[in-house]
Amino acid sequence: MARKATKRAAAPVLELRGLSKRYGRPLVLDKIDLSLAEHEVVCLIGASGSGKSTLLRCADLLEPIDAGSITLDGGTVSADDRDADATRRQLGIVFQGFSLFPHLTALENVALAPRVALGLTTAAAEKRARALLKQLGLAAKANAYPDSLSGGQQQRVAIARALATEPKVLLLDEITSALDPVLVADVLEALRALAKGGMTMLIATHEMAFAADVADRICYLEGGRIVEEGSPEKIFKAPRDPRTRAFLKRVRSVGASALR
Amino acid sequence: MTAARSARKGTLVAVISTLVVATLVAISIGSSPSWPLVQKAFFDGTYFSSSLPDVIGAFAINIQLFVLAEILILPIGLLIALARSITNPAFTPLRIFATIYTDFFRGVPSILLIYVLGFGVPALRLPGVPKEPFFWALVTLVLIYSAYVSEVYRAGIESIHPSQERAARALGLTRFQALRYVVLPQALRRVVPPLLNDFIGLQKDTALVSILGVVEAFKQAQILKSANFNFTPLMVTALIFLVITIPMTRLVDCLAAKDRATQQGGTR
Repeated sequence: MARKATKRAAAPVLELRGLSKRYGRPLVLDKIDLSLAEHEVVCLIGASGSGKSTLLRCADLLEPIDAGSITLDGGTVSADDRDADATRRQLGIVFQGFSLFPHLTALENVALAPRVALGLTTAAAEKRARALLKQLGLAAKANAYPDSLSGGQQQRVAIARALATEPKVLLLDEITSALDPVLVADVLEALRALAKGGMTMLIATHEMAFAADVADRICYLEGGRIVEEGSPEKIFKAPRDPRTRAFLKRVRSVGASALR
Repeated sequence: MTAARSARKGTLVAVISTLVVATLVAISIGSSPSWPLVQKAFFDGTYFSSSLPDVIGAFAINIQLFVLAEILILPIGLLIALARSITNPAFTPLRIFATIYTDFFRGVPSILLIYVLGFGVPALRLPGVPKEPFFWALVTLVLIYSAYVSEVYRAGIESIHPSQERAARALGLTRFQALRYVVLPQALRRVVPPLLNDFIGLQKDTALVSILGVVEAFKQAQILKSANFNFTPLMVTALIFLVITIPMTRLVDCLAAKDRATQQGGTR
């Protein structure tokens, strides 16, 4: 498949091999092969229903897979309950709908996993949480509850929360789709800063300009398969597969929002 | 300005119309030929003041009963609710037991159960088993209301959107940790109004234990009624119950309204 197109020197941090997933009969993911090297940023593009979200959820073991394997840092990850909890601590995921905990402040949202799942003391967990909120420009909102924050602020809290367990890979599932266009910029800026800081990221997105800017590699998904992958340069300027070309043409003519 | 004035006018109209109707009702009842009879049998001033201290004294038993019962019901109900929401197949027997428990104790008339446990079990004269009617009255109320309360808890737990548990699990929290730190704190907040509602029912049902011979407010009133052939002591009992339950009902309404407001304005 097309994944041979890019060569990476470092051993992959996250590797999906032959990953298949079905909901009932239809195949949502069809033998996906995808690997992420350390510090690499990969963007998944494709229309809704192409399997981007499912791929991220399967990678985070939130959905059982039907075939294939997931390797994290060289070790095969099983969906067995106890191992899965440990694996999820090494992967951070941010959802489109934020899913912040409404009964906790921004600080408590971020500090919860370090305290409960990693067993840090409350003081240590809150120190880490404060640093992350500051990094995402939310130092002043530490004691605010989610419902008093804007969508963009909530999404940045969610990013801080996902980073709080110091994951090896950050998975982002169309995290700007539910946001007001004016709030999108803040969130994308936060992600650019993370990418610059060397965070390994797998990003499902409809923001093509952002993908072109931040990604080391773009994967175009259609019908649960990676149809084409390559550098942003290659995918956006000279796509080889006619399906990729058709998708990009549609995006350019109708705008990304119409694809949701 | 005009809005404030029209609101004031509205209040005035409401007060006047209520007063007029209340006066008319009072006059029509008072002028009916049978009113003196009713008044003598149910609302006699002398019997009212003579029975009030006795009935209030006996009401202490009702208070003891529902306070003790509530303290026991809150944790037991939660345990049953949790037993019912465990999905792990290894715990299926526990889940089945909890389901049968709630079905049974919600479905059987309270008075029947009080009768059977309060008279039947002590009659077995089993060594070490208490015979006090108060004890068995308490046990029965706890058994019945734990079933009701567990359903309230369960509805609360199920009302929390699954995305909350998913977000918690995605952070690496175990199923139990997600329940403990994310789902339950939100669920418990939501169940306060329906929980209080069940407790109003419980407070009224403490009168049922009178059939075991426990001299609580209702039983005391019955004794006084039989002594004087006058129903006023029972009206006194009703009044005492109302003094407790009406403020609680208002509190429930108030909390529920507040809940609705935050849920409409809140996010998830």
